Amino acid sequence: MFFVSKGRVTKHNFPNGKEFFAKSEQFSGQLTSEGTDVEKPGFWRKKGFFAEVRSASKDAVKAGLTLSRLFLGAGGLLMALSGAVYAEAAGMEYEMRRVADMFKPLSRPAEMIHESAVLVMLICAGIFAVVTGLLVFIVLKFRRKENDNGQEPPQIYGSSHIELAWTVIPILITVVLILVTSRTIGEIQNMPMPEDALKVRIVGHQWWWEFHYPDLGITTANELHIPISDRDPDKATPTHLLLQSADVIHSFWVPQLAGKTDLVPNRNNDLWFDPYETGVYFGNCAEYCGTQHANMLIRVIVHTKEGFANWVAQQKAPVPPPQTAQQIEGHRLFFANSCVNCHKLDGSVAEGVFGPDLTKLMTRQTIGAGVLPLNETNLRAWVRDPQDIKVGCLMPDMQLLENEVDDITAYLMTLK
Amino acid sequence: MASALPTNDENEFVPPPVQEVGDEKGSLTRIVQELVFTVDHKKLGLMYIGSGLIFFVVAGLMATLIRIQLFFPQNTFLEPDVFNRFFTMHGTAMVFLVGMPIIFGFANYLIPLMIGTRDMAFPRLNAFGFWVFLFSGIFLYASYFTAPGLYNAGSAPDVGWFAYAPLTQKAFSRGHSTDYWTLSILLGGIGSISTSINILVTVFCLRCKGMVLGKMPLFVWLWIVVAFLVIIAMPPLSACQIMLLLDRYLGAKFFDTQAGGSAVLWQHFFWIFGHPEVYILILPGFAIASEIIPVFSRKPIFGYPVMVAASVMIAFISLGVWAHHMFTVGMTSIGNTFFAISTMIIAIPTGIKIFNWLGTMYGGKIRFDLPMMFCLAFLFQFLIAGLTGVMLSVAPFDWQLSDSYFVVAHFHYVLIGGLLFTIFAGIYYWYPKAFGKMPNAKLGRWHFWLFMIGFQLTFLPQHVSGFLGMPRRIFTYEEGRGWEIWNQISTLGLLFQIPGILFFVWNLIYSYIWGKEAGDDPWDAWTLEWSTTSPPAEYNFEKLPEVRSRRPLWDLKHPEDPDWKFE
Repeated sequence: MFFVSKGRVTKHNFPNGKEFFAKSEQFSGQLTSEGTDVEKPGFWRKKGFFAEVRSASKDAVKAGLTLSRLFLGAGGLLMALSGAVYAEAAGMEYEMRRVADMFKPLSRPAEMIHESAVLVMLICAGIFAVVTGLLVFIVLKFRRKENDNGQEPPQIYGSSHIELAWTVIPILITVVLILVTSRTIGEIQNMPMPEDALKVRIVGHQWWWEFHYPDLGITTANELHIPISDRDPDKATPTHLLLQSADVIHSFWVPQLAGKTDLVPNRNNDLWFDPYETGVYFGNCAEYCGTQHANMLIRVIVHTKEGFANWVAQQKAPVPPPQTAQQIEGHRLFFANSCVNCHKLDGSVAEGVFGPDLTKLMTRQTIGAGVLPLNETNLRAWVRDPQDIKVGCLMPDMQLLENEVDDITAYLMTLK
Repeated sequence: MASALPTNDENEFVPPPVQEVGDEKGSLTRIVQELVFTVDHKKLGLMYIGSGLIFFVVAGLMATLIRIQLFFPQNTFLEPDVFNRFFTMHGTAMVFLVGMPIIFGFANYLIPLMIGTRDMAFPRLNAFGFWVFLFSGIFLYASYFTAPGLYNAGSAPDVGWFAYAPLTQKAFSRGHSTDYWTLSILLGGIGSISTSINILVTVFCLRCKGMVLGKMPLFVWLWIVVAFLVIIAMPPLSACQIMLLLDRYLGAKFFDTQAGGSAVLWQHFFWIFGHPEVYILILPGFAIASEIIPVFSRKPIFGYPVMVAASVMIAFISLGVWAHHMFTVGMTSIGNTFFAISTMIIAIPTGIKIFNWLGTMYGGKIRFDLPMMFCLAFLFQFLIAGLTGVMLSVAPFDWQLSDSYFVVAHFHYVLIGGLLFTIFAGIYYWYPKAFGKMPNAKLGRWHFWLFMIGFQLTFLPQHVSGFLGMPRRIFTYEEGRGWEIWNQISTLGLLFQIPGILFFVWNLIYSYIWGKEAGDDPWDAWTLEWSTTSPPAEYNFEKLPEVRSRRPLWDLKHPEDPDWKFE
């Protein structure tokens, strides 16, 4: 009785309805634009679904999906039939690094962590092999035999020599680990940031991310855009993140770029990374922060240098005014309703700070902190009732009429 | 207090006249009456273990539902809030309502028997501790029915078992669910502290003649350490619960970040309790293993003084490692380094213990009875748990692993692979003592293999999903993140674990009714509890024993080669 679904949440979740259809467009879009991972054509294989999956993890993912596929068969068919159209979101041209494997680091801090991780795992594997070997040996050798004479074995109470040995050896191992750990902590945490490092202030909210670029005058949400850096530390152009929270503790974690650091209210933390390769990196909020903690997803879009300049230009370009009658009506409704209390539109009276800045809404890939791909269908569904899509999120159902939803959606679609 | 019990000089025990309490013996009223009024440490011990097992089943069912929800990406089996309540209640219950009472149950039942006395030092305090615990558990679960607050904000607690501030503030946790959590833990803490004081007084004041500290069974030694840890670690937990209550109801601002409070302060308070708590839970597991492994290897424990020293060292160091739960909150590099080092150091005494158990088995004649099977699995699984613990202690690696499924796997290896397996071992080992019947070996083997395989299936894959970036406590996840297969294997492990538990429960009932008569000393063991009848009389020993070594029954059975000559 405690887990009865109220029904209204099911709509977005299961990939059998319209939303899934819409979502599939994104993936098929990638399939056609990249298509490199597809070994055999044939839509049912749904390779495009995972075109971005890196090769090593591919098999695992495939196996994992076998079960899901049975379940998703119908959805898959729909998806395959759908067209390859996608809204003009920024950064869709890069590889989707959906499997965030911490053992495939693509940024210096993640790589330093990776090095110490490999070392400690090797040491642990060695200890594991020795102790398990001993255990198995003892269990096999000293089991009571069939023809046991019933006498007790020799009673040994201990041996200070042996005990000293197995105290000293672990101490030596520990010393090695301590040295490596201390050095890595210092290297990562105390890395001096160059003056001209790109600075981003991240504010965690219940259940979305706010990104400010103080030097560029840009504010965006949920998708962090940064330029590529270089493997060579001398040429590296790291990104320096200031982490803050508006409500509860969150944690910013993109495994391929760096370890996680918490966003603690009333406190400033920082984090840095300098990715070597372009791509869309996936991550999650890693500190439980309430109802929709699971849907507080992160995408970090690592651009080429030119790509980043283009993105900045795109973000700073003025938004075209609404054209059609419907868009104009949507604009009116947006300002007439309480949308403006929470959302900001640059250069207008909409100055809200509780929700994401919508100035360049349609340049984003997803809506609701990654809960759905951003396109007209999903946007409309969100405007109609966000609680339908992300139950418990802090944007209420605005009780709009259907035609009002259409108008506002039409207006929002112009924000690019 | 001491005068109420016979002193060693007058060992003859004169049972008090039996008082008739209402209905005749064996009737339901009479049984209930006896359970409610009893101050007998053995009955209380069994009640602790029994109620712990009931909470174990309830909290285990919650975990089952959690696993079903995570079987598919974007599953809609559970709503987010329902899911969040489940993992909160699962965690809280498994630590405070399953782990703690069961280990206290073992301590209660065994310590007076092992040190050769008639009861705990404060029998009524003992009963008080049990009833407070039981009430706190029922109170916590009652939140499901009695805590609805504002719209959509009531019902059971959903803030996670460590309830990080400021998520627990009124602004983010409306209704009363968090208050239920707070009050329940406060109450449970009172019970734990009183029982621990009782254990310490019992051990220090009521040992039988000849049992100096150095001749106590290791089980009792480890319990001294645990009891001290409880007394040191529980007050900070109670303190921060009270601070939280003040925040929520009397306008204090300890953790209210919007008014200048500190979110990190809560974490310090909680983990300075929380890390010793891990050792409070696992040391009793060590204690059980340290009794069982020697008996089934037919050798005394290897390096008794070192085992004691290592336990004391573990307890001592465990008071200085708490912030390794907080490597990601943005401590300075010095702070991170300090806590990484202290955490690594704790691996040394723990390693010594594992080696000493191996040393005990080496050269013995190992019998593979049920308790020993569980202890061997414990050794293997605790080794894995310890090594993943070392990995987590490397602070930079922890920046990746913290709050991921790797951590989930790690502490389930500690608490199931370590603690629960030794609890099963202990239950099978002392079952003949408590009920006078042998546990059925065949059913026990089914239990062992099903549960062991299921446990590995469920928790090994979680290490991998952690490596692939899966955070803990998420009610859903996107397709294609590489997590599906690992979650699916993990859920399928339940198909083994659940039947395993059913075999266990059935074994308890079956053996009680149809089990073979056990006799006083079925395992040919050496400590004092095996010298009395099974089950022991209410007064434990007809005549209080006198010991000359750590293994009094060995001395009795081998008068030609007694232990006291060598200790």
